[in-house]
Amino acid sequence: MHEMSLAGGILRLVEQSAERERFNRVTQLRLEAGRFSGVELRALRFALGAIAPGTCLEGAAIEIDEPPGRAWCLQCDTSVELAERADPCPQCGGHRLQPTGGTELRVIDILVND
Amino acid sequence: MCVVCGCAPETRGESVRVDPRTGDLHYGHGAARVSVPGMSPQRAIKLEQDVLGANDHYAATNRAHFTSHGVTALNLVSSPGSGKTTLLCATIAALRQREPQLPLAVIEGDQQTRFDADRIRAAGAPAIQINTGKGCHLDAQMVAEAFHQLPWQGGHHHHGPVHDHDHGHDHGHDHGHDHGPAHAHAHAHGGNHHHAHGNDLGHDRPHLLFIENVGNLVCPAMWDLGEAAKVAILSVTEGEDKPLKYPDMFAAAKLMVLNKIDLLPHVQFDVPRCIAYARRVNPGIEVLMVSATRGDGLDAWLDWLLEDAVRLAAAPGVAAPEAPAAPVTA
Repeated sequence: MHEMSLAGGILRLVEQSAERERFNRVTQLRLEAGRFSGVELRALRFALGAIAPGTCLEGAAIEIDEPPGRAWCLQCDTSVELAERADPCPQCGGHRLQPTGGTELRVIDILVND
Repeated sequence: MCVVCGCAPETRGESVRVDPRTGDLHYGHGAARVSVPGMSPQRAIKLEQDVLGANDHYAATNRAHFTSHGVTALNLVSSPGSGKTTLLCATIAALRQREPQLPLAVIEGDQQTRFDADRIRAAGAPAIQINTGKGCHLDAQMVAEAFHQLPWQGGHHHHGPVHDHDHGHDHGHDHGHDHGPAHAHAHAHGGNHHHAHGNDLGHDRPHLLFIENVGNLVCPAMWDLGEAAKVAILSVTEGEDKPLKYPDMFAAAKLMVLNKIDLLPHVQFDVPRCIAYARRVNPGIEVLMVSATRGDGLDAWLDWLLEDAVRLAAAPGVAAPEAPAAPVTA
């Protein structure tokens, strides 16, 4: 379950920030996980919930933005939006699609209490 | 939730979409929004950092290191039981015949046991086993550490622990930056990196490194190891629809190897449909058909390894995961 590793990576980024910015508690954590990022959001929430106790993330609200997948349609010669990797081009119905966006997996920002 | 694979019967946070016709469950379609409690005083801190940034840093270091040593690294991914290790053993034997001078080595990833590394060593190539314990994938740091342990043909051995040094992308430079003492020992050949190692891990001849990932078609797709390319292996005893069931992996792979084709007469596996499915998630994916046990297609596989893979390794960045092959519009 790779979401556990990802949650650990997220906690590490937040703790590094806590060292720099000197805060004790995170009240809100905002993430971005693109539709093509390969992350199952339920599992990621579960993993974050599992590692949060005793850390600055304990009790933090987790917001996750999900930017759509984007791909370049080689047939239409244009950029299109996709919900799933295997979806056809919404314009031509073809599958000659090269993914170009929606793979982001980032910590955007946090709200903290000192 | 099952902590092994992440499957979760209970509903928490994200909603599940139920197909009204079949009753199938689709997770990951929920709005995934949680309201923010109005707390104060609080302040906002912008991070905007990649969650996989630390891994990607190690991967970039590995890639630069491999390139500088002429190492073509391939990340072999598949579900358990596709025949990765058998294919590697057959590949080692065939390469020994065709390119007896070519140094090759294997990094084996599994949760437990050293069975696979033992098989590779018995087949005649140096191997390092990485046991991930509970982990479902290899990461770039594990590969860096294993690479430094590899006894390449001719006795080369990178000593000491791995340091998180940044090689940068141009390896033709002077090695003036700080490696730390252990690495300085491993690279104590003078300041310039255009040195002779005095063994097979030099700079002027190609090397082939196979990284056999943990058998898993989900997680390893996300972890860049610094490889020149991912090779997805699918056996015909599995379903031909796997590229659609596990699209992230087939989207990340440069090559799909259909293995166990000697069994095609005995199984229902529609090869053209499988290839069409793979190209639906990855229009540029190349396909080879092999039987590791009978030897079918091994020549073409060796051609690919010795020509295409080596070319990919010489142009690092081209094979970076998710690199768009077409222009991105705003």
